[in-house]
Amino acid sequence: MTEAHDGHQHPGIDGDDGQTYYARRAQAIEALLVAKGICTTGEVQLAMEQVEARSPADGARVVAHAWVDAGFKTRLLSDPIPALAELGYALAETTTQLEVVENTDEVHHLVVCTLCSCYPSTLLGRPPDWYKSLAYRSRAVADPRGVMREFGLNVAEEVKVRVLDSTADLRYLVLPRRPAGTEGLSEEELAKLVTRDCMIGVTDALSPVSMASSA
Amino acid sequence: MAQTNRYRPGDRVRVRVDSPTHHFRTPTYIQGKQGQVVALCGTFSNPESLAHGGSGLPKIPLYRVEFPQTEVWAEYHGPAADTVLVDIYEHWLDPANQEVR
Amino acid sequence: MPKPHDRGSWPTDEPIDRDEHPHADWELRVHALHQVLGRKGLRRTDELRRAIESLDSDTYQSLSYYERWTAALEILVVEKGILSTEEIDQKMADLASVGR
Repeated sequence: MTEAHDGHQHPGIDGDDGQTYYARRAQAIEALLVAKGICTTGEVQLAMEQVEARSPADGARVVAHAWVDAGFKTRLLSDPIPALAELGYALAETTTQLEVVENTDEVHHLVVCTLCSCYPSTLLGRPPDWYKSLAYRSRAVADPRGVMREFGLNVAEEVKVRVLDSTADLRYLVLPRRPAGTEGLSEEELAKLVTRDCMIGVTDALSPVSMASSA
Repeated sequence: MAQTNRYRPGDRVRVRVDSPTHHFRTPTYIQGKQGQVVALCGTFSNPESLAHGGSGLPKIPLYRVEFPQTEVWAEYHGPAADTVLVDIYEHWLDPANQEVR
Repeated sequence: MPKPHDRGSWPTDEPIDRDEHPHADWELRVHALHQVLGRKGLRRTDELRRAIESLDSDTYQSLSYYERWTAALEILVVEKGILSTEEIDQKMADLASVGR
């Protein structure tokens, strides 16, 4: 980063305190909103904690349960909000609807938001940086197979790739295929195979073999 | 304003071509393309109104429309069966057999 | 010409950068501020999107994700008469002198 020695501050250039222009701008806006009683620091803190409270472990728990309970899987795919309530996720109060799409031996789903960064945050937490990147948002619709190859996934030619561009009022969660050789695993062990990326669709779930070799 | 639930799953539709000055949620790459309605997602407040301080009313139907990738991209590299699905509000859709506006 | 947020219409061969940066405190706070204002009925997600989309093409493409959210936050609070640009400028200067 460049120091602004001429005393003239430009966006993106660090000030004397090492913070970028926008970081300092954001601090100024928050300080003013608090000073004017528009909001409190406590409210901001609480909202931060609420965002951090959700992570891909939530989505993984849902997927693993769907793998072991066929009835739950059917309910999850047809009407996800009440199904998720069975696991203690009270999403009915959120305004954003969720749809779960199943990857099979015939169809592979991949999720993107080309217009901004719509993402099933209620089950996955914050989206990764790459999901919000200009390159992913452009290429996931035009060249989904090329994008998935970059993530190490070669989808066979006979498998149909369906890209979901979630630009409107729905958010999509991918239910990945259950890996082979997992018949004897517990729900908790299965959940460890369910990565954030496989619930976006850029990869498959981990196989127990790849887990063992990476451990 | 469009009448409600004009389309049903299976209907062939074409996305309108437009670039209004206000906020809208229909990506340019899908405009003018033909696809098939796969689901009525529900009825939602109009984002084109909400974005500018409006009431978002009346609510409008939102459809999940599936497009063959080879229809969307002239140089699509994958198999002909590949598709892209986009959720599109009703007033952005015309029946596929209708003249392009 | 599609607007710069409409990325499906901006073809690229650029590889996906899969590095993930740890979020800075200010980024988490901007995200939270948007949510808090949303709960108070002072800001809508659709307005955030519209404000981000109003950034010119160079600005949109050069700013990071939460820098865009910060620019949009300023646009919205100024537009709604909650804060003025001058106030924000002054507060920034005050915070800088305190930090020195």
